[in-house]
Amino acid sequence: MREMVWKKRKNMDGNMKNKIRVNGMTGLGALYHKELADHLKSKRFLILLILIGSTSFASLYGALTALGNAEDSNYLFLKLYTTSGSSIPSFLSFIALLGPIIGLALGFDAINSERSSGTLNRLVSQPIYRDSIIIGKFLAGTAVIATIIYSMGTMLGAMGVLVTGLKPSGEEVWRVLIFLTFTVIYVAFWLAISILFSVVCRHAATSALASIALWIFFAIFMSLVASIIANAMYPINDEYSALVNSMDHYTLNLGINRLSPYYLYSEAVSTIMNPGVRSVNVVTVDQLVGAVSGYLSLGQSLLLVWPHLTGLAALLLVAFGGAYLGFMRQEVRAN
Amino acid sequence: MTEKSRNVIEIAHLTKQYGEKIAVNDLNLCIKRGEVFGLLGPNGAGKTTTILMLLGLTEPTAGSALIEGMDCTRNPLEVKSITGYLPDNVGFYSDMTGRQNLRFTGRMNGLSGKALEERIDGLLRRVGMEQAANRKAGTYSKGMRQRLGIADVLMKDPEIIIMDEPTLGIDPEGMRELLTLIRELAQEDGRTILISSHQLHQIQQVCDRVGIFVSGQLIASGTLSELEEQIRKDGSYLLELEVQPCDDRLLAMLRQQEGVRKISKEGNTFLIDAKTDLRASLTQFLGEYGYTVLHLHQRGGDLDEIYRRYFEKAGQSDERDGMEKKKKYGWKYEK
Repeated sequence: MREMVWKKRKNMDGNMKNKIRVNGMTGLGALYHKELADHLKSKRFLILLILIGSTSFASLYGALTALGNAEDSNYLFLKLYTTSGSSIPSFLSFIALLGPIIGLALGFDAINSERSSGTLNRLVSQPIYRDSIIIGKFLAGTAVIATIIYSMGTMLGAMGVLVTGLKPSGEEVWRVLIFLTFTVIYVAFWLAISILFSVVCRHAATSALASIALWIFFAIFMSLVASIIANAMYPINDEYSALVNSMDHYTLNLGINRLSPYYLYSEAVSTIMNPGVRSVNVVTVDQLVGAVSGYLSLGQSLLLVWPHLTGLAALLLVAFGGAYLGFMRQEVRAN
Repeated sequence: MTEKSRNVIEIAHLTKQYGEKIAVNDLNLCIKRGEVFGLLGPNGAGKTTTILMLLGLTEPTAGSALIEGMDCTRNPLEVKSITGYLPDNVGFYSDMTGRQNLRFTGRMNGLSGKALEERIDGLLRRVGMEQAANRKAGTYSKGMRQRLGIADVLMKDPEIIIMDEPTLGIDPEGMRELLTLIRELAQEDGRTILISSHQLHQIQQVCDRVGIFVSGQLIASGTLSELEEQIRKDGSYLLELEVQPCDDRLLAMLRQQEGVRKISKEGNTFLIDAKTDLRASLTQFLGEYGYTVLHLHQRGGDLDEIYRRYFEKAGQSDERDGMEKKKKYGWKYEK
């Protein structure tokens, strides 16, 4: 009898050892696939696609009507993206303004909806690392963002080529790809921000509102704030102060503006998409003496905005890091 | 060695402090393989905190918890791969079907392909959810969610199942099925089950042993009869008596009986607190004087009474004092 019990127990122990299959990647993979499927099947994704699609069409239409009167026939393919038509903004400015909404819409209820529906409890009791939940969500969101941005960007170019018969050069194609990559990072930053809010706020509505508020602040009010501060520090009310302060005023204004991811991104992509932009900072007349007007090569344009790219990537990491830390330190308990 | 491996869950000096408040205070508990253990206590007694510590979801302030010899805080992944957790108010992704929800859990546990589908089918059959398996989880009733929750827990084929308030909000028929299932899981599959609850009646039907948990402290644990015995030792018997006719003469006579300490009236029922077992002498006496006995019951054989007694012993009081009148017996918190 005793023998039998022993045997049974031994079997059980053996079985148990087989059953422990600890592999963090399994969980991450499963979560990533589930999130991706959720996004792609959701109405939200469809709405975003329609929004971005229709603005792309509108901007392309505007660009095509305006392109006829372009004085400069170099880099015409890039102008499809950067030219604004009669009262229709360019694709570039559309994306800078509306891109964040993709990120916000995909992330604002990432964690708190799981919490309120009671699925987070179930999720954390599975044999997966806790961080794979938030990493899986972020990666899936970024994958969706990349899909939207790259497909819309290339579709716009392709339609432009079809309509105009332009033949893009290799450099132009590269510039567009770099522009789209910048855009993905920019939108992913907003995804990280909205995930951060979804960790901090209990209700999805609150986190949506908070992230939209931040978006509007950066897109609209940051430049006002920057000019107010710059005016206070270096007033340029009369001719004398203008003479003394202009340089500092402008530099400070620019510096503060660059804290905003919206400005940082806009500046970076307009440099990438306009080979004619030779500097992103103040240039004095002195420095311009003897300069030959011409286009920058791709490498030089990239060099000009490398700090922007670094800054944007750093912002992304800070936002995601905040969300990550917040999530890892939070109590699991639902209420 | 033999003795040791029989304990599946070993908790030693487990303590959890939230700021000033001590949620769990120096908890010591061992649970054997194949046992159904009921952790009983009022809301806020620290049951859920204990469970979260067992799953490595909350770090203990002091002490340790071992599952199958693995530290729950240091090896949460290993622990979670053999431990199933059914949270109270279990939630599912409402836009996925029951089957899809199970599939997702299976994937997180490293299952795939045919084995995964087979297990899903088997479990759906076992909990009687085949009919509803392809409906969206958002349309499920509370009872169905609970059943799907059990299937979800069983997806990983756990050695240990922890259920947090599994009987809450389930209708009587669902309750009966649930309790049968719990019994089955323990006896036929040899799984160890830990149930936390404040609903005594359901628990006493399935548990081998119970622990009474008040304000973070385990004030008693053992089988029902052990607990009963412990109370008996204090020399306190509580007898319920309902007779026809119910007059003052009876009351006076009862007072004269040997060993009676206190008589109180609850509705039509007398509650007689005595030093000895009065049943034999009382029936004889009542028969002599022509009383019809409608109800005669020695309290103590059920959890309600044990629970109440231990509360009294622990000197518990509650703000709901006197208001709380649960079920027929009306268990109160008394000073």
